[in-house]
Amino acid sequence: MSLIKAENIKKDYQVGELIITALDRVSFEIAPASFVSFVGPSGSGKTTLLNLIGCLDKPTKGTLKVAGADVASLDRKESAAFRGTNIGFIFQDFNLIPVLTVYENIEYPLLMVQNTPAVEREKRVMALLEAVGMIEQKDKYPDQISGGQKQRVAIARALVTNPKLVLADEPTANLDHKTAYMVIELMKKMRDEFRTTFIFSTHDQKIVGEAEIIFTLEDGNLLDRHLEGGKQNG
Amino acid sequence: MGNLFKIAIRNLLRYKRRTLLTASLITVGVVFVLVFISVSGSFKNMMIGQITDSMIGHMQVHRKGYVASIENLPLNLNLKAGAIARLENILDKQPEIVAYSPRIKFGGMFSNFVETTNIRLNGIYPDKELKSVPLLTSRVIEGKKILDKGGIWIPALLAKGMKVKVGDTIVVVATNKDGSVNGKQFIVAGVLESATGPGGRDGYIHIDDAGEVLRMEGMEISEVAIRLKDFGKLNAFSKKLDGLLSKELNQQDKPIFELHTWEKLSPFYNIARMIDVMTFFVKLMLIAIVLISIMNVMIMAVYERIREIGTIAAIGTLPGKILNMFVIEGFCLGIVGAVIGNIVGIVVILMLNMLKISFNFGQQTGLILYANVNPYDLVVISVTVIIVSIIASLQPAFKASRMEPIKALRHV
Ligand SMILES: Nc1ncnc2c1ncn2[C@@H]1O[C@H](COP(=O)(O)OP(=O)(O)OP(=O)(O)O)[C@@H](O)[C@H]1O
Ligand SMILES: [Mg+2]
Repeated sequence: MSLIKAENIKKDYQVGELIITALDRVSFEIAPASFVSFVGPSGSGKTTLLNLIGCLDKPTKGTLKVAGADVASLDRKESAAFRGTNIGFIFQDFNLIPVLTVYENIEYPLLMVQNTPAVEREKRVMALLEAVGMIEQKDKYPDQISGGQKQRVAIARALVTNPKLVLADEPTANLDHKTAYMVIELMKKMRDEFRTTFIFSTHDQKIVGEAEIIFTLEDGNLLDRHLEGGKQNG
Repeated sequence: MGNLFKIAIRNLLRYKRRTLLTASLITVGVVFVLVFISVSGSFKNMMIGQITDSMIGHMQVHRKGYVASIENLPLNLNLKAGAIARLENILDKQPEIVAYSPRIKFGGMFSNFVETTNIRLNGIYPDKELKSVPLLTSRVIEGKKILDKGGIWIPALLAKGMKVKVGDTIVVVATNKDGSVNGKQFIVAGVLESATGPGGRDGYIHIDDAGEVLRMEGMEISEVAIRLKDFGKLNAFSKKLDGLLSKELNQQDKPIFELHTWEKLSPFYNIARMIDVMTFFVKLMLIAIVLISIMNVMIMAVYERIREIGTIAAIGTLPGKILNMFVIEGFCLGIVGAVIGNIVGIVVILMLNMLKISFNFGQQTGLILYANVNPYDLVVISVTVIIVSIIASLQPAFKASRMEPIKALRHV
C-alpha cells in the first residue's frame, strides 16, 4: 500500500483578482520508507506540493491521501494533531526554537505535542542525539552551533516522534556543498535505521543524485519520474 | 504546564531590557497605588477614629424624628423613662457593644456675669461617656480630666472669647420644656479642644445637673452613643440593631427609635467617601498601566516570533497550547511586577512611617501619619495586576494561536 497518493491535484492561489495556478494535474504515489526528491526551477511548485503533503494547506481540486487520511477533510485542529503524530518537518532555515537547548529542541515534539512520559522521552531524545551525532552539544543553544549542526538537530527533532513521513523543503539550501551532502547522507541513514519516508525538495543537482526516486516539477506539472540505482523500496 | 512556564520565562529573559522596562512600569504602578491606598486609608481611619472616639461614637440611637431637627436640640423629642428602659434592655443584650452613653442635649445661655453667649451642652454620665468615646479626655487641654457634678467642660473658643479659666464660676441658663427659664452655677472644670464636625464645640456637664437646669421630673435623654468592639462590623451590626429597634413600637404602632451610624451624623463621611473615590481612580490607573504595557509587549513578542509560531504550529502544537504559551508569558510578567511592586511598596511605606510625617486636621495639630499596609490590599492589588496581565495577553496570544503555519513560516 502506498503512503501517499495524489490524484489529479490542482492548487490555485488567489492574489487579488488574479488566480495563480501553482500545481495542476499532479498525480503520484509514494511507498513507505522511500527516499524521494522533488526537483524543479524556482516557482515550479515544490514548496506548494510539500505544503499539501504536509497537511499545511489543502488542494483546490483532486484528492491527496497521506497515511490513510484525506488531507482536504481535516480541520485546523485535526490537521495539527495529524502532523504531530505522522509528519516530521525539516526547514530550509532550520527553525530551531532559540530559547531551547539542542536537547530541549529535540524533546519539544514529545513534550509539547505528544505528551510522552519522561522516561520514554529521555530514551528517544538520547537515541536521536546519538544517531545524529550531537550528544556532545546537547546543552548548547541553537545560536552556539553551526548551520550543519542545526540541521542535524532539526533532523533529530523531525524523527523523534517516529513519524511515518519526514518532509524537508530545501533542507540544504543554506549549507555549503560538503555539509549539504552530509545532511542528505544522514537523512538516508535515518531512513535505513527508522524506515521513515523522506521527501525533500532541492535545486542542487549533486544533492538530487542522492535521491532514490526523483520527481521533476515544471510550471506546476509533474514531468516524469526517475529511478536511481534500483534501490527503491516497497 | 511547567514547560510552558520554562519557555515563557526564557522568552522574557531573551529581551531582558524590554522585560525589565515593562516590569518596572508595573512595579512603579503597584508601588504608587499601594502607598496611596495605605496613606489615604490610614489618614481616613485616623480621622474616623478622631470623630467617632472623641464625640459621636460609632452609632447613635434617638427618638424617631430627632436627627431631622437635631440643629435646634428639641427637648420635646427626648426619650422618656419607659423608652429608655426598653432601649437599655436591648443594648445590654448585644455582645457587639462595648459601652453606650445616654446624653441629654440642650442649648442655653452661658454667662460669666459680665457677658452672655450661646452654648450647646451635653448632659452625660462621665463614666459611661468616657467608655463610649474614649478620646474625649484627650480633648481636655486645661483642667481636670474627670467631670464631677457641679463642674462644666467648656469649649476652648468659648473660654477664650469669654475670658474664663479653669476654676471660674459661670452660670448656665436654659429654657425648659414648659417654656420657663432656669439657671444654675457651675465651676469650670476643664477646657476642651475643639473638634471638627457637629458636637465639636459643645460643653459637657453631669446628666444630673442637666436634669436640674431643665427641671426634669423624670429621667429623659436625647441620644445614646454606642461604641462597638469591632468597628469593622459597623454595617452588619447596625443592620441587626436597626432590625431589633424597629420592632419597638409606641401606642400608635409607630417605631419609637431611630438608629444612625457615624456616617449619617458627620459631614466628614463625605470626605471619607471622596478618598474612596480617589482610591478607585488610582486603581483604575494602575489597571490601565498594566493593560497597556503588557498588551504592548505581548503584541511585539508575537510579531517578532511569527516564524517560531509557524514552526511550532507546523510541528503539530495545538492552537490552545500556543495561546497558553503567550498568556503565561504575560502572566509571568504581571507576577514579577506585582511581587516587586509589593516589596518596594512595603519598603516605601515603612520608610514613610519612619519619617513620622505630621499633619493637621481641623483643630487637631501634630497628628502623626502612620500608614498601615493592609494584607487585604496587597492581595487585591496583586490579583488585579495578574488578572489584568492575563487579559492583556489574551488578544495577542489568540492571534498567535490562529496563525496559519504556512503564512507564518513565510514571514520574514
Ligand atoms: N501564498 C501564495 N500566494 C500566491 N502565490 C503563491 C503563493 N505561494 C506560492 N505562490 C506561487 O505559486 C507558484 C509556485 O510556488 P512555490 O513556492 O511552490 O515554488 P517553488 O518551486 O517552491 O519555488 P522556489 O524554488 O523558489 O522555492 C509560484 O508561481 C508562486 O509565485
Ligand atoms: Mg520553495
